[in-house]
Amino acid sequence: MDFELAPEEEAFRDEVRSFIREHCPPIEERRKLGADFLQAWWKAVREKRWIGFSWPVDCGGGGGTLIQQFILKTELLAANAPPLGSDYTGLGWVGPAIIQFGSDEQKRRYLPDILDSKSAWCTGYSEPGVGSDLAALQCRAVLDGDEYVVNGQKIWISLAHVGTGIYCMVRTNTEVGKHEGISCLLISLDTPGITVRPIESFAGDHFAHLYNEVFFDDVRVPVKNRIGEEGQGWQIICSALQNERSGIAEVNRHHKALERLIKLAGHSKIAGAPALEDSEMRRRIAAFDARIEAVRLNGLRTLTRQLRGDDTSSAASINKLHNCTLLVEMAETGMELLGGASPYLGDTDASLYKGRWQIGALGWPTTVIGGGTPNVQKNIIAERMLGLPKD
Amino acid sequence: MNFGFNEEQEQLRAQVRRFLDHRCPIEEVRRVMAAPEGFSRELWGEVAALGWLGLTVPEAYGGTGLQWIDLVVVLEETGRSLFPSPLISNALATSAIVEYGSEAQKSRWLPLMARGERIGTLAILEADAMMPAGGTGLRGVPDGDGFTLTGEKRFVNDPEAADIFIVSFRRGDGADDVGLAVVAADNAGVVAKHYPMIDATKRQGIVTFAGVRVGADEILDCAGGVSAAITRLFDAGAIAVTAEMAGAVDAAIRMTVEYVNQRVQFDRPIGQFQGVKHPLAEMYVDLESFKSLLYYAAWSYDHSREEVSRYASLAKAYATESFVRTGVDSIQLHGAIGFSTACDIQLYFKRSKWARPAYGDAATHYERALALRGV
Repeated sequence: MDFELAPEEEAFRDEVRSFIREHCPPIEERRKLGADFLQAWWKAVREKRWIGFSWPVDCGGGGGTLIQQFILKTELLAANAPPLGSDYTGLGWVGPAIIQFGSDEQKRRYLPDILDSKSAWCTGYSEPGVGSDLAALQCRAVLDGDEYVVNGQKIWISLAHVGTGIYCMVRTNTEVGKHEGISCLLISLDTPGITVRPIESFAGDHFAHLYNEVFFDDVRVPVKNRIGEEGQGWQIICSALQNERSGIAEVNRHHKALERLIKLAGHSKIAGAPALEDSEMRRRIAAFDARIEAVRLNGLRTLTRQLRGDDTSSAASINKLHNCTLLVEMAETGMELLGGASPYLGDTDASLYKGRWQIGALGWPTTVIGGGTPNVQKNIIAERMLGLPKD
Repeated sequence: MNFGFNEEQEQLRAQVRRFLDHRCPIEEVRRVMAAPEGFSRELWGEVAALGWLGLTVPEAYGGTGLQWIDLVVVLEETGRSLFPSPLISNALATSAIVEYGSEAQKSRWLPLMARGERIGTLAILEADAMMPAGGTGLRGVPDGDGFTLTGEKRFVNDPEAADIFIVSFRRGDGADDVGLAVVAADNAGVVAKHYPMIDATKRQGIVTFAGVRVGADEILDCAGGVSAAITRLFDAGAIAVTAEMAGAVDAAIRMTVEYVNQRVQFDRPIGQFQGVKHPLAEMYVDLESFKSLLYYAAWSYDHSREEVSRYASLAKAYATESFVRTGVDSIQLHGAIGFSTACDIQLYFKRSKWARPAYGDAATHYERALALRGV
């Protein structure tokens, strides 16, 4: 056990720090520069190969080691630096899927645009009848010459209305088991036959148009747009889980939320007395602190196991559960502390603090439901880590 | 950056587990806890020979010179098997002497303690069971080059097993006018007794000091202040108890998983029901999480002293809540059989009752963690 960085790791950290000092001015200055700053930042980090830092060098990435990725992320978060690139989905799992399962042609065609923030990929997993039981998906793709003809519907597709393409799981074989009949297609969103329809969420203006339904009506997709073999879709989905990282970004968000909560408690009252003197509130805040620190350290333990080459995909469920409960409970605690101001929406005198707490209290489903509900995570933990029987 | 155990530590864990499985399985635990002394002198000699008692004692004094994180490995296993022994008490008393003893005190006590020939424990608490700070009332009246101690210590672990006590006493009215002495149990005026416990694998009680004379050579010289020394010993205590809790919670989860996998109702193993799966998953999430806090606290005990108190508190508080809940839920998941003495799960449930207040309960530690971050 050793939390010190090795000399070469320390050298890398110093390199990151001096780069940030040079290219990432304080937030007020950045605001003045506006879009120009972001373009310059992306150009600079792209040259450094820090966009797609985890990707292999011959795919245009940085070939960063796990520990370097961790250091880079930690330093960027500490400096409040903007994200590395804008195609989160492309960088997060579409690119890695292409790298692992895709053809050389696909790598040439798609990876540079992801790295240059020119593409905006969406994820086509869920369907109206298919949520937690993802392997039961029905959206059908039938081979016709050198094209698939896709018919069906996807739902909860974030940002499909502004996206360039959809990384889409489809059923190519109905004769085999549900896991074996799934394939993965890359479909350009301007292909004829695709209709994108917005879903209005209850979270109000802030999340007004995040999700969409996507309809496929005889959409023709070239076979060369399939990632991997026919029937390899489920394997691709599962390998995306392996790309789970230390979760340092979530921890950073939780730390900031807790700071805000403590500040809010300092200005609030419970039953007429200062909230920060209320023993139940104090204990609740301290318990948040303990869980956030546990999430951080769980991430470091997982990172160590990844460095040793262990499979840590199930371990991600533990932190996912924590992230969900922390998000909801801290948001609800904030609402409780707001008291009479809590039912008001928007940035008004009545809502206090620009209505941010209300947004948090309404917006958590994007994180908590997306990527597997807490109950699904508990099933995964019970079955894979404790060896309980499947239903 | 490496947040994992190394090969030696994994070997140590395997060795401890093998020994306990072989020499102190649950039938033996039940036999030993029912005996008047509450621990086995024979096994104590054997674990001394294996080096467990001198683990954190420097080699110069007959130990192996390892660190608290290594001790955590041992304690996770003794917690898993509910090994009834004064191991934690002895480790804390040796730590007091290792860190605050003079050369003469170390030479006198540590080799004996590492060999298992003398057993030590802390006698620090009085009215307040949770935290020692400021609560020392036992009087030390100056007497020649030493003091005469009069008063009572409560919540003392392994009081009757102990040959020596690390005793805090008041030498004046100021907050830090406190001393720390090594007092042999066979001194005239020292009387120790334990009370009946819910968890019979642990012994705890009171020690009275009726005009007990301690010489200058029995006073621990706490450079940096006695209060700071006592805080550090209690951090060590919180870490040690949390380590035993980690092993115990893991064992309780495994035992319950085994039961729900073979118990058939409504034509299926009850482990198939989500109402059974989910509480077990939650227990496991909490276990893995407080373990991360525990390991960091134990590592910082030797490597990052200024962080120990915060992480020891977060770990002990989280672990205490987790263990209490695991105790209750694992009984419930066993159903009626869980209520019978014959079923081993009750022993873990009872252990959670000992562990809850030991070296500070959840409320105390959460409060301290908040205070340490300035809230």
